[in-house]
Amino acid sequence: MPNAIIIALIPLLPLAGFLLLGLLGKRLPGNSSGVIGTLILLISTGLAIYTAYGYFFDYGKVDGIYQKLIPLQYTWLEFSKGVSIDMGIFLDPISVMMIVVVTFVSLMVHIYSLSYMKGEKRFATYYSFLALFTFSMLGLVLSSNIFQIYIFWEGVGVSSFLLIGFYYDRPSAVAACKKAFIVTRFADLGFLIGILILSFYSGTLDFNTLIATLTSPESNQLKSAAAASFLGVSALTWGVVLVFIGGAGKSAMFPLHIWLPDAMEGPTPVSALIHAATMVVAGVFLVARLFPVFAISAPGALHLVAYVGAISAALAAIIACTQTDIKRVLAYSTMSQIGYMMFALGVSKYGGEGGLGYTASMFHLFTHAMFKALLFLGAGAVIHYVHSNEMKDMGGLRKLLPITHITFLIACLAIAGVPPFAGFFSKEEILLAAYQSNSIIYWIALITSGITAFYMFRLYFSIFWNKEPHPHGETHGEGSWAMMLPLILLAIGAAAVGFIPFGNFVSSDGAALESKFHLNFSITPVALGLIGIFTAMWLYRKQNDRPNKIASSLSGLYKSAYHKFYIDELYLFITKKILFNLIGRPAAWFDKNVVDGLVNFTGNTTQLVAEKIKTVQSGKVQQYAIYFLVGVIGLALLFIYILK
Amino acid sequence: MMNGSTIIFYLLAALTLVSGLLSVSTRQIFRAAIYLLFSLIGIAGIYFWLDYQFIAAVQIVVYVGGIVVLIIFSIFLTQQAGEKLAKQKIGRKIFSALAAFCGFALTMLQVYQHEFYEPSETAVSPTVFDIGKKMLSVNDKGYALPFEVISMLLLAALVGCIVIALRNKPEPK
Amino acid sequence: MMQPGLYQLLFISAALFFIGVYGFFTRRNLITMLMSIELILNSVNLNFIAFNKYLWPDKMDGLFFTLFIIAIAAAEAAVAIAIIINLYRSHNSIDVENAEELKY
Repeated sequence: MPNAIIIALIPLLPLAGFLLLGLLGKRLPGNSSGVIGTLILLISTGLAIYTAYGYFFDYGKVDGIYQKLIPLQYTWLEFSKGVSIDMGIFLDPISVMMIVVVTFVSLMVHIYSLSYMKGEKRFATYYSFLALFTFSMLGLVLSSNIFQIYIFWEGVGVSSFLLIGFYYDRPSAVAACKKAFIVTRFADLGFLIGILILSFYSGTLDFNTLIATLTSPESNQLKSAAAASFLGVSALTWGVVLVFIGGAGKSAMFPLHIWLPDAMEGPTPVSALIHAATMVVAGVFLVARLFPVFAISAPGALHLVAYVGAISAALAAIIACTQTDIKRVLAYSTMSQIGYMMFALGVSKYGGEGGLGYTASMFHLFTHAMFKALLFLGAGAVIHYVHSNEMKDMGGLRKLLPITHITFLIACLAIAGVPPFAGFFSKEEILLAAYQSNSIIYWIALITSGITAFYMFRLYFSIFWNKEPHPHGETHGEGSWAMMLPLILLAIGAAAVGFIPFGNFVSSDGAALESKFHLNFSITPVALGLIGIFTAMWLYRKQNDRPNKIASSLSGLYKSAYHKFYIDELYLFITKKILFNLIGRPAAWFDKNVVDGLVNFTGNTTQLVAEKIKTVQSGKVQQYAIYFLVGVIGLALLFIYILK
Repeated sequence: MMNGSTIIFYLLAALTLVSGLLSVSTRQIFRAAIYLLFSLIGIAGIYFWLDYQFIAAVQIVVYVGGIVVLIIFSIFLTQQAGEKLAKQKIGRKIFSALAAFCGFALTMLQVYQHEFYEPSETAVSPTVFDIGKKMLSVNDKGYALPFEVISMLLLAALVGCIVIALRNKPEPK
Repeated sequence: MMQPGLYQLLFISAALFFIGVYGFFTRRNLITMLMSIELILNSVNLNFIAFNKYLWPDKMDGLFFTLFIIAIAAAEAAVAIAIIINLYRSHNSIDVENAEELKY
């Protein structure tokens, strides 16, 4: 039986860590705040693994189907009968998987930051923000109520804001954290409206009840939701699409992806934790959580999910081929991989063999967390050594940073889909799911996976081969054990995790899904991946002129890809020229002149009237006597003649 | 109708009113005091004409012989005797005249509309003996209590005047 | 000419009252204002005596009222003079337009 207290401790321990380190951290000596944070997270990770073991192997499975368990729930705010914001813990395969992922990656980042952020003045603040983020993310995945997930959604957004803007004296960091917060907040507006629509039609905010009422074909709620329509689309589809918009904002899907590359202004371990492995998959998690509603009752919305994911994957892959900042290459790579997860959900159906996409998406989420965190932490080690983010400052580092080199290579092979690393298995399942349902998306995904291999190995070769290294002084070596240990652990994960029979644990309806291995099918993506790797090796292994020649021959495409297809400029144009001028300025004028003017007018009038009235008190006794007599005569007339 | 007492009455009334008007409108302060004096003498005359000799005597002794003298002393004390008084704004004068006239008209209207019934009792002219007996009697309808109160008022006024008009002693250094 | 009776006396009294009121409103000198007040008080006295004579000729209440009013008026005039002298000391003038310290 699930122990509610142990499961509740998993998010609450980081919360305690946040409060402790936030309030007292500055007074703690040395880097003990980091050690405390890491220890707290170690306990949380242990409890998460214990819970996962218990759920998957002990009590979770009843009659061959993994149950959705709610070990703890209490009503926080009740609006009316049935509609209430509860706070509860929801255990189902994806949430248990997510708590393992989140705590493990967060633990790796905590250990890594002990060395990477050493000497930082706001060391304790950094660890308190990390703890806040971990608490919010764990709360998000364990939520049993759609409003509770929204609360933690915003909490994650705030933590991201704080961490991106950690170096707040850099104007670029400040601009980046504002952009991230505003774009995701704008998407969250859609999420909120979607919540309201869904809860209005289903009459509840609780996930289990909501999914049940909106997916069973006989329910009145489903009929009314499907019948009511706005602009030709049913209300239910609107609600689900709006919820997806919220998820798309958080997961940096096209066209709400503009914040993710800029978010690389934060410290590299933060990028590893938030913008690679955990926060950006929150959107995917949300769609997966509401997957029955998507698949059964709003298939049109699911098509939208699939195409948005596919477009994001392809777009990001093309842009990543041109970027020179290694963190930005990794950011676009993240966007591309999340696009994979999204369209895998999009092509999936509910239940049985058709639910392969769901399982594949969740499997890819799991493996992606491993190798993407590894890639970011490795990039952090390189940046720490070279003190620059640009590829041109790197090269030939394979001799100087051996452990980083090997682990980075393992991660690149994993993401390129080379067997036997983890990425091969998860990507192959995604491609299989796409092949089985939608051939356009399959071809987009296939070509994108080739491009993925290309740009990842372009990155690898540019860092570790290409040039001879500059003499960097022998002041410091590769990095302390605190930076190397997470790299090694994550590399082991990236290598080994692929062999887990994921379908036995996570599937769209809870029943086990056999994952088959189609040798013929797998040859195509692996071949494309190897072509990508060898192309990158041919262009980047030694310093040569071929990349520049290719870039100049494709100059138009190259230039627009380098400028990220001018999407940022488009947004700036829309907001500055159109929104500000048409809505912002008139609203400001109205506020300043009409609203303020009215208030000022009231004040000024009162003052003018008072100026006139105060002359009555002139201090002259005779005038008072005159007023007195006139008043008496007036009253006498009143009483004698008018009020008889 | 046209007997001596009627004529004397109207002469006294004319004296009173004309002196009053002159008193409030003249620009020399000493003359105003003298006109006031004549007005008060006119009032005393009316009291005599009404057969209230005691009151008339009190009026002359207290008002004319006391208060007007006091006013004249104060005129000397504030060195106002010679100069002409300042003029008032014409607007104030007109407005006050109008207000006073309205008040007067209203009062006379009420007076003439009221039916005063004729008394049935016969007139009796009170002697000093009667007045004295009534003033100091402590039975009902006696005025001993107001008499005592007035004496306390006079005491308070006496002390008050001295205190208010006292010159401040210079502060001890 | 009519036989002088209550109405004529009331006429005189009212006229004297409003003459005093006019004087009180118009005069700028404190002492002349005091004189106007004396006129007002005298008109009131005349009123009391008139009512006493013509409406209750066998009683003496009006008479006593008048007596007491004369006494009070004397006390009040004395106190007023004392105040005027004090004001003269601080302002060096007895123009009432100068005594407007209680202005807004």
